[in-house]
Parts: sequence; C-alpha cells; structure tokens
Amino acid sequence: MPSDWQMPDPALVIRSGRRWDLFFNVLGFSLVILSLLVLCLLLGGMFRDGAERLGWNFLTNFPSRFPEKAGVKSSLVGTCLVMLVTACTAIPMGVAAGIYLEEYARKNWFTTIIEINIANLAGVPSIIWGLMALGLFIYLFEAWFGTPNDDVTGLGRSILTAGLTLGLLVLPIVVVATREAIRAIPQSIREASYACGATRWQTVRTHVLPYSLSGILTGSIIALSRAIGETAPLITIGALTYIAFLPPVPFTPRPETQGGVYGPLSWLSSEFTVLPIQMFNWVSRPDNRFAVNAAASGVVLLAITLAMNASAMILRYRLRKRYQW
Amino acid sequence: MTAILGVLLYESFRFFQHVSIVEFLTGTQWTPLFDNAKFGILPLVSGTLTTTAVGAIVAIPVGTMIALWLSEYARPRTREILKPALELLSGVPTVVFGYFALLYVTPALQSLFKLWGYDLPGFNMLSAGLVIGLMIIPYVASISEDAMRAVPMALREGAYAMGATRMQSSWRVVFPAALSGITAAYILALSRALGETMVVAIAAGNQPTLTADPREPAATITAFIVQVSLGDLPHDSIGYQSIFAAGLVLLLMTLVFNVCGYILRKRYREVY
Repeated sequence: MPSDWQMPDPALVIRSGRRWDLFFNVLGFSLVILSLLVLCLLLGGMFRDGAERLGWNFLTNFPSRFPEKAGVKSSLVGTCLVMLVTACTAIPMGVAAGIYLEEYARKNWFTTIIEINIANLAGVPSIIWGLMALGLFIYLFEAWFGTPNDDVTGLGRSILTAGLTLGLLVLPIVVVATREAIRAIPQSIREASYACGATRWQTVRTHVLPYSLSGILTGSIIALSRAIGETAPLITIGALTYIAFLPPVPFTPRPETQGGVYGPLSWLSSEFTVLPIQMFNWVSRPDNRFAVNAAASGVVLLAITLAMNASAMILRYRLRKRYQW
Repeated sequence: MTAILGVLLYESFRFFQHVSIVEFLTGTQWTPLFDNAKFGILPLVSGTLTTTAVGAIVAIPVGTMIALWLSEYARPRTREILKPALELLSGVPTVVFGYFALLYVTPALQSLFKLWGYDLPGFNMLSAGLVIGLMIIPYVASISEDAMRAVPMALREGAYAMGATRMQSSWRVVFPAALSGITAAYILALSRALGETMVVAIAAGNQPTLTADPREPAATITAFIVQVSLGDLPHDSIGYQSIFAAGLVLLLMTLVFNVCGYILRKRYREVY
C-alpha cells in the first residue's frame, strides 16, 4: 500500500454505493418494463391491424384470392385435428416414459443414455424434426410400404404425419414434466403403499399418478400450446398453404366416383393446413391487403396459445394447494 | 435422436455422392435451384451466424440484467407477477414474431436509417435478428433467474456483512456463483436463435449472400429449407437432397454449441 494512501471518507463511499444501487435498480426495472412494453406495442399493433377482419366471417370462410373474403376455416379445423393426433400420441407416450424412468427403471448405462438423449432432444431445432419426418414418415415409409396417400400404406402429407411429427417434437417436454411431477412426491407415500402390500403398478395407479396429475396436465398443456405455434416442421413435411375443403367427416358419403362412405379414420390421411402456415402464407404475399388477414389470423393463433398457457398456469396454481405434505 | 441422425446422414450421403464435401464446406456460392447449381454452404452459415449474433447482442445483456433485477432487487410480489408474464411471452408463436419483424420493425428501422441517409432494404437480417433477440429474452431471463435464486442466501449475507451494496453483492457474488446456470441459459437461448426459422424466412429475405453485415438481406440454413420445401422439387433432385445436407450442418452447429456450453458449465461450476 502506498505510504500516502488515505482512507476515503466513508460517507462518500456509502453515498456513491447507494447511488449506483439506485441506478441499477431503476435500470433493471425499466428494462423489464421496456421489453414488456415493446411486446405489448407489437401485439397491440397486430390487434389494431387485424381488427377490421376479425369476426364470425373470418372464422367460417375458406381462404380465398380476395383478401376481404378470405378466412381461416380450413386451417382452424386443421389445427384442431392435428392437435388431437399430437395429444393422443405425445401424452400417453410421454407419461408412460416418465413413469417408467422414475418408478421402474434401474439406474444403468441404458437409462443414462436415454436421459442424455431426452435432454439433447429438447435442444434440436424444430425444423430438423420436420426434415426427419419428411425423410422417415414420407419417403422411407413410401419406399417400404407403397404409394403415398394410399388408404393403407405410407403416411403421405397427411394430418397423421403432421400430428406424429409434432407429437415427437413435444414428447421431451411431456416426459420432463411428468418426471418432475413424480419426483415431487415424497418417498414416504410410496413406502406406505408398499407396506399395505400394494404391487408397484398398484402404487403407481392409486398414488403416484393421482398426486402428480396436476404437474402432468400442466406440462401437457404447455407442450400442446408449443405444438400449435410450430410452423417450420409442418412446412417441410409439405402442408399445403391453400386448402378450400375440410377433411372428410366420418360416415358421410364419398364422391360419386368412389362410392360408399368415409371410414371413421379417413380424415387422418387428408391433406391439411394449420393456422401458423396460413398466417405465413398471408405474410409472405407481396399484396399488402393480405397483411390484414395475417394480423387477424395472428390474433386468433395468439388467443389460442395464450389461453392454453394461462389455463396451465391457473391449473398449476389451483391444484398445487390440494395436496400438502 | 438416432432416427434424426440416421435420416439426415442417409439423405446427406446421397447428396455428397454428387457434390464433394470440400466444395460444400468451402464454396462461397449457394445456388442449388439454378441451372448452374453451386453448393457452398458458407453463405447460409454466415447468414445464420449473423442473425444469431444480432439476437445475442440484444438478448444476453438485457436478459441478464432482467434476471439479476428480478432475483436481487424485485420484491417477491412483483416477481410473482412479472416472471409468469415474461414466461407467457415465450409461448407466442414464432410466426407472429416474423410478422412483427417484417411489418413493424423493418419500417421503423428504415425510417431510423433514413436519418443517416442510408436506405435499408425491405428484407434485412437486422430486423430479423432484433426480433429474435426480443423473442429469446424470456429464455435467458427466466433460466438465469432460476440459477441466481439457487445461490445460497449465506453468500449474499456474507457480502452484506462486509458492507457490500446490493449491486456489489449481485454482480460480484451472486453472478459468478450462478455462472454455470447462466451459461446454460445462454446456450439454450442461442441454440433457439440458431434454429429459428419463421422469423428469418419471413423478414430476412431469401438470397444466400456471403456477408456478415446485418443490414443486408441474406438467407439462413433454416430459411433455405423452408424455401425449398414450399417449392415443388421432385424428391430425387439434388436440390431436394441439399436441404438434408444443410439440416445436418445446422444440427452439427447446435451440437457444437451445446458441447461448448457443457464444457464451460463444468469449468465454472461452483459447489457448495
């Protein structure tokens, strides 16, 4: 220490420290508010631009060459059906995998590899999933089983392919959510069940599953809301951008040339479009009048995803209070 | 995972039967759809990295500050409201962000650049990158905040006992202690940005140019894949197989990223 060193005035040090503290406090708060504000401005702008098209007509019209007549009927139905397939594949598979990994699997190299894989899968860009689906579901299956869009073989560019792709995409989210929910259950609950003579499956069915249900539900809803917004993988598997028909309703008559009625599952192999793709199509048109439609479909899409996310949050909050240990 | 790698490798292998790997990795022109097709991946890689870099420049400082503020300064009630609000943002579909980039951010930037007498093209990487940055702020903030909250209270109390201000304790004690978790947040957010598709496909233009200037239009790997998928190329054409090769490069890039993150995380890990 130099000999001419003097201790600084403590009052000064404290004051400058306080000033920096205040500065940082204000800075942090304004950054939070600023980023929320920018987003609100953007969302508000979109709402304002889309407002004139929003209405019943917009929801019940097919897409059209005329911007003022175009609507999202086919893409809305497509989104719902694809989500149905996604939910039916991702949730049972994810929950089963989560239960297996937590309750049944022993810790060995195999489960370690699976765990690392699940963690890695969450970081894979979604468009890569689309490429995989294109290569696997469409081309490889076609090469193995026959022609695309045949009723029996090959998955083709269908609702089924899209649902399976998105199902695989969100599977890691469901698995991770399930495992975390299960891990939160105290070991004593399981031990009590085993002490009464329950088998492992009975313990899972009567204790582990009911107690972790809220966590699993929340995770599933978040996974589905993520899947709804995904556009890229569906573009690579070739979702069409202009669809002016709905998938066949089960048991309605087929067109004259084929005769008979549609089977209960033939909508699975129908071609489709979904909301984000419809929106992408409208955004990327040079014609400015379609931008209004894009904004309106953005509002619809946003309303669906935000409603799902919010319901997941409320569910988590409400159900968390029910069990306490 | 295996299926992904398998499909990508298989299709890329068919691609590399036509195009040499050296040409693919070092070529500076990417024109697979022209008659005189050239397959150099560099322009796509530069586009991808530039948009990611712009996004990171926005998101990393802002996200870190927000996280630090939320975990060290905000009152518990404020945090309970603001954090879910931020997380809700990560649920906004990316195509909606693409709409913002093209129709709101680009015109705003254009009028801003006019002040300096520069004409910004209608498609540019800058607005795409900025919007990507906005998009990944919630990821950075939310995960870093979790990491900072996990730092034991005793460390903070130690700092305060030494007379540190809140700012000193947060920057010099909490931040370094949580660095491994914060790195994880950065890596996750950046691999999000690397693989981001719709924003760049909508707002960055689709011309593969080898440039690192964010004001120029360019194509990223993901945007190129979308462009080809929207067209009507037959499955056996080489242009079609090129999207699998491009996808493989993208996957490897994210993988390298994650491995770097893993190494960094191990180096900075502090155990209590």
